[in-house]
Amino acid sequence: MPERGKTRLMLAILAGVFAFLYVPISVLIALSFNAGGLPTAWTGFSVKWYGALFANRDIMHAALNTLIVAVVSTLLATILGTLLAVGVEIRRRKGRFLETIIFAPMIIPDIVLAIALLSFFSMLNVKMGLHTIIVSHVVFNLAFVCSVVRARLKTFDWSIVEASADLGASTATTLRRVVLPVLMPAVIAGALLAFTLSVDEFIIAFFTAGAGRSSITLPMQIFAMIRFGVTPEINALATLVMLFSVIALALSQRLNRGGLPGQ
Amino acid sequence: MSPVKDRKPLYLMTPALAWLTAFMVVPCLLILALAFFRRGIYGGVEYVFTLENLAMVVDPLYARIFLKSAGIAGLAAGIAVVVGYAAAYAIAAMPRHRQPALLFFAVLPFWSNYLIRTYAWIVLLNREGLIVHLFRWFGYEGELPQMLYTETAVVIGLVYNYLPFVILACYAPLSRLNPEVAEASHDLGASQWTTFRRITLPMTVPGIAAGFVFVFVLSIGNFVTPALLGGGQFQMIGNLVYAQFLTANDWPFGAALSMALIAVMMVLLTAQTFASERASGQRGRDA
Repeated sequence: MPERGKTRLMLAILAGVFAFLYVPISVLIALSFNAGGLPTAWTGFSVKWYGALFANRDIMHAALNTLIVAVVSTLLATILGTLLAVGVEIRRRKGRFLETIIFAPMIIPDIVLAIALLSFFSMLNVKMGLHTIIVSHVVFNLAFVCSVVRARLKTFDWSIVEASADLGASTATTLRRVVLPVLMPAVIAGALLAFTLSVDEFIIAFFTAGAGRSSITLPMQIFAMIRFGVTPEINALATLVMLFSVIALALSQRLNRGGLPGQ
Repeated sequence: MSPVKDRKPLYLMTPALAWLTAFMVVPCLLILALAFFRRGIYGGVEYVFTLENLAMVVDPLYARIFLKSAGIAGLAAGIAVVVGYAAAYAIAAMPRHRQPALLFFAVLPFWSNYLIRTYAWIVLLNREGLIVHLFRWFGYEGELPQMLYTETAVVIGLVYNYLPFVILACYAPLSRLNPEVAEASHDLGASQWTTFRRITLPMTVPGIAAGFVFVFVLSIGNFVTPALLGGGQFQMIGNLVYAQFLTANDWPFGAALSMALIAVMMVLLTAQTFASERASGQRGRDA
């Protein structure tokens, strides 16, 4: 195959794949601004579906619940995950068992963790609600924070820790004044990642929320709405949720790239 | 060695490890144990040892659902790997300075909500959806086959949701390939196809294996996509597990099913590690 033909083929593949990835989402976003709300005909630009969204009490209630779950679980996971990452990287000998436990929450199928936690909570007679969702979200969130922070620690210059100790700083002071500032961009990036994951997480929340509508989260609300079909309101909600994820991801990426000079 | 490095950092790891033990390890062991108990008459759990639940998993009725799920997951993983590999190959063939941006936009959809990405296909495929309207617009008046709530819709949904990961997994080894190796192969008279088949493909097996296993594992246990795009027309293992816990109230059987799911996953992950190690071993020998 001549070089030109090959390049053309590559471009065609890229165009096809990007169309496949972006057309469905784009249609959704476009329809959320369609005044008529139907996919049949474009009847003019309108933001009225966004207005309807904010007037919908069920959706606002679910959004508030999601915010509570995401904020609390992110805070807990960021603290636990960062400490874990530092602890693991300080050790010189790495245990396979330890690695497995830290890695497991990221690869275990959602449904398995979800039913495991459901059985666990109900056997202990724990009344389920937002608090059980939070506890469950911390499990996978701390693993993700830990892996982001560990990636940064791989290139960490431990000699500055030695310098700090030589100058008489205690271990706690060294961690707080030397290690943490260097890690901060990775910690925030990890926290943003955890926050996004928690906002989007559906299955584990669904199983650990308990009965009743009081602790319904946004993804649970979306799932319930989608089952009844296509509405312009869901299109608007979907657009906002996607926008949020993209912004959070972009921020997280940016933070993670900056930081240590010479990287 | 510094004092910080010498000290056992247990106090740093303890809170997180305690959390993971209490809310992951113990609940998973509980599920493991549940699978060996009998279902109570009123839906609870009777603490009598039994192998009935595990036997039920291999009962033809449920084994068929397992095979069906594996078939759908395998098809989705196969398509995702072919498309994803082609995309990764095309990205790696672009000028170096363009590649990070292309990769970023290929992975971006992966970061939006899974339910919403699935819902986007309901918008496209439903009876009054965009695709039907496009056909009408082009003047096609005949009856169109049902698109939503079919197996095809489920496979499309799974491929769509997991494709970005496959692109990422395949791009990593492709971008590390030394172009001189391909040039050498070309200079020795190999055609482009031979070079691809004998050089490029074997050296990128780890990415392909990782992508395939990832899509397969996430698809076989999936219950959101079959529920939304399959419309309850057929069951996959994920839906079956879901039903045991939330409607049928047969927890021990649900536990046995999820154990089987984990077993399949572990076998595949081990196979993937093996495939990657073999591939890198091969590279070591060639070098």
